[in-house]
Amino acid sequence: MVGKDCVAIACDLRLGMQALTISNNFPKVFQYGDVFLGLTGLATDVNTVSDLFRYKTNMYRLREERSIAPRTMANLVSSSLYERRFGPYFVSPVVAGLDPKTSKPFICGFDSIGCIDFAKDFIVSGTASDQLFGICEGLWEADLEPDDLFETISQALLNATDRDALSGWGAHVYIIEKDKVTKRLLKGRQD
Amino acid sequence: MAAMFSQNPLMNGPHYATTDAPKTNNYREHRFYPYTDNGGTTLAISGADFTVMAGDTRHTAGYSINSRTEPKLFKIGGTTADQHDATIVLSVCGFAADGNALRDQLDTICKIYRYRHGKAMTANACAKRLSTILYGKRFFPYYVHAMLGGIDEEGKGVVYSYDPVGSYERETCRAGGAGGSLIMPFLDNQVNFKNQYAPGSGVGHDLQERERRPLLLNEVETLVKDAFDGAAERHIEVGDALQMFILTKDGIEEKILPLKKD
Amino acid sequence: MPGFDFSNYNRNAALHAQGMPLPKATSTGTTIVGCIFDGGVVVRFSAIPLRPSMNLFPHPIKPPLSMIAADTRATSGPIVADKNCEKLHYIAPQIWCAGAGTAADTEFTTALISSQLELHAMSTGRKPRVVTCMTMLKQHLFRYQGHIGAYLVVAGVDPTGTHLFTVHAHGSTDKLPYVTMGSGSLAAMSVFESKWKAELTQEEAVELASEAILAGIWNDLGSGSNVDVAVITPEKTTLKRNLIKPNEKVPKQQSYKFARGTTAVLNEKIIKKSEIGRYVSVQEVPLESDKMEVDS
Repeated sequence: MVGKDCVAIACDLRLGMQALTISNNFPKVFQYGDVFLGLTGLATDVNTVSDLFRYKTNMYRLREERSIAPRTMANLVSSSLYERRFGPYFVSPVVAGLDPKTSKPFICGFDSIGCIDFAKDFIVSGTASDQLFGICEGLWEADLEPDDLFETISQALLNATDRDALSGWGAHVYIIEKDKVTKRLLKGRQD
Repeated sequence: MAAMFSQNPLMNGPHYATTDAPKTNNYREHRFYPYTDNGGTTLAISGADFTVMAGDTRHTAGYSINSRTEPKLFKIGGTTADQHDATIVLSVCGFAADGNALRDQLDTICKIYRYRHGKAMTANACAKRLSTILYGKRFFPYYVHAMLGGIDEEGKGVVYSYDPVGSYERETCRAGGAGGSLIMPFLDNQVNFKNQYAPGSGVGHDLQERERRPLLLNEVETLVKDAFDGAAERHIEVGDALQMFILTKDGIEEKILPLKKD
Repeated sequence: MPGFDFSNYNRNAALHAQGMPLPKATSTGTTIVGCIFDGGVVVRFSAIPLRPSMNLFPHPIKPPLSMIAADTRATSGPIVADKNCEKLHYIAPQIWCAGAGTAADTEFTTALISSQLELHAMSTGRKPRVVTCMTMLKQHLFRYQGHIGAYLVVAGVDPTGTHLFTVHAHGSTDKLPYVTMGSGSLAAMSVFESKWKAELTQEEAVELASEAILAGIWNDLGSGSNVDVAVITPEKTTLKRNLIKPNEKVPKQQSYKFARGTTAVLNEKIIKKSEIGRYVSVQEVPLESDKMEVDS
């Protein structure tokens, strides 16, 4: 979600096999330098893809001697996913971060084969995406301050996951500002 | 794999009642699909002394719009056909033909009840009767998500929501149909204050939940409009116009508001 | 040529056989159109020449112009994934392409051909031609037997004139004066069939194409939001992004800002950039230091 000079990215913590919950501490947001990547979908691919991008962003940093910018990351994710057009990873990633030069908020989402969805407001992904679309459309407004953005994204995520049987068990929320990143663990329903 | 796009959009959805799928053997299997999905969304919220029922008026088939002005909300059980003195509203979405049949059937039953007993059916009696109608077609169901709104004997607003085979429950709010999954979490949060806590009332697990209070009529109307605007933005089958019935002890007021038409 | 990686293919087929649903791709269930028009500056036989010498060239002195237009909705099933996506893709300065079908396929196919065409233009030292672009697209798509779900309208101006083509995912192509594609193609074509003619000024042509797109936006559920138009003349290409915005989001009736502290937080960690040294050690390398010792 985009706020005023800040972005937020959040995920629930459930890992499940269909209706059976396997783990209640499975974060889906990963940090690569100043860029954040959220991954939903098949857990094995979440692990594989997060490791793949850890490798790719580290190599980028070594080659370029700077950490990757969100927009560059978006194109990297897109082309990496499209390479597997006919055997895709079952993930739908979300990229969030602030542009290192202008400090402008940047968010975007992808389908599993790498089509980028640039948005000015919010991006959702995962099994509760319908619910998230609805509540984000209702709650989100432009130019929220970091603290207000935190409340809005948290309420959106918690209420959406409560209406999805396959999501929940608490949440992680990152608020990304120019000079700091705040990570919070939310209290959510444990059922 | 990925939603392959066909040049003929009519072939993409369940538009024909019959299909002739080629078989590996030398015969074709003909099939008849009795149901289609006509999209649309309905929403009902009950308050202290009122009930608000709402639904969009778009009627779709696949990627086409059949009508932009087809109501999903029906007054039930008035003395005459114009339903001017009705006190109960039925909302149906899913398969519109079944919805209309269900509405006719329930309305007839309510009218017969009024004729036999000399008084209108109460909301909870009508609710129970609707459940038995739906369960009566247990093995060839009405393919609808029905909701019934009214005022109970104590003067409080009531909303009953049903599954297609008659399982029902009295609720404070419910959204159904195509955009139901988009609207429902928003309602949980804004009507029942779910996941909201009273700021400063404690730390971590000791935080107290935000106290619940019944919403006022104008607050509910605002929520309904915003909920539908959000659903119309993000769901292709929701749009055109929002029809709202406001039920109070004084009768039923109707409001029509515009929604996005793309 | 792209080297697709099929290493997950067998795994995915096995997972699908066990009942795992395949992921939904974003599809631009779209209305896209293209048309050519004379730009209203063609000198015709009937025109009275100002000077007798002009009578020597009674044929059109200017080639016709072309344009493409698209809506901006991208869907994933019945859900709108992107309300304002860009479906007009750059191929070359004077060749543009409107894409319908699987969104990722239109994006990457056009980018691939754009790149190859640029290299081709550099090696030949000529401006790229629209037919070349169309042929490369169809050969690429035909090779993948329709599995790359890109349905394209290609338009452009090159030294041989103005051209307009459609390319289907299986590799078939058409050359017509006005074309529509995507789920809203029937709605858009109904406008072209009733109103298109060759003698149109640029403004009239933009108006007509916009009307065709709007027909798709209103009457096709797969299309929506805004109208994008690109006009390609021999001099320049003009991309009119969001030319018409008939579907601006209505303002909300109230603000849904929460009181701060509404959400229950169990744990909080703040990492400040200024304190990043606590987590990583950063050492300045003096610029004027001696050169690194390397084996010579």
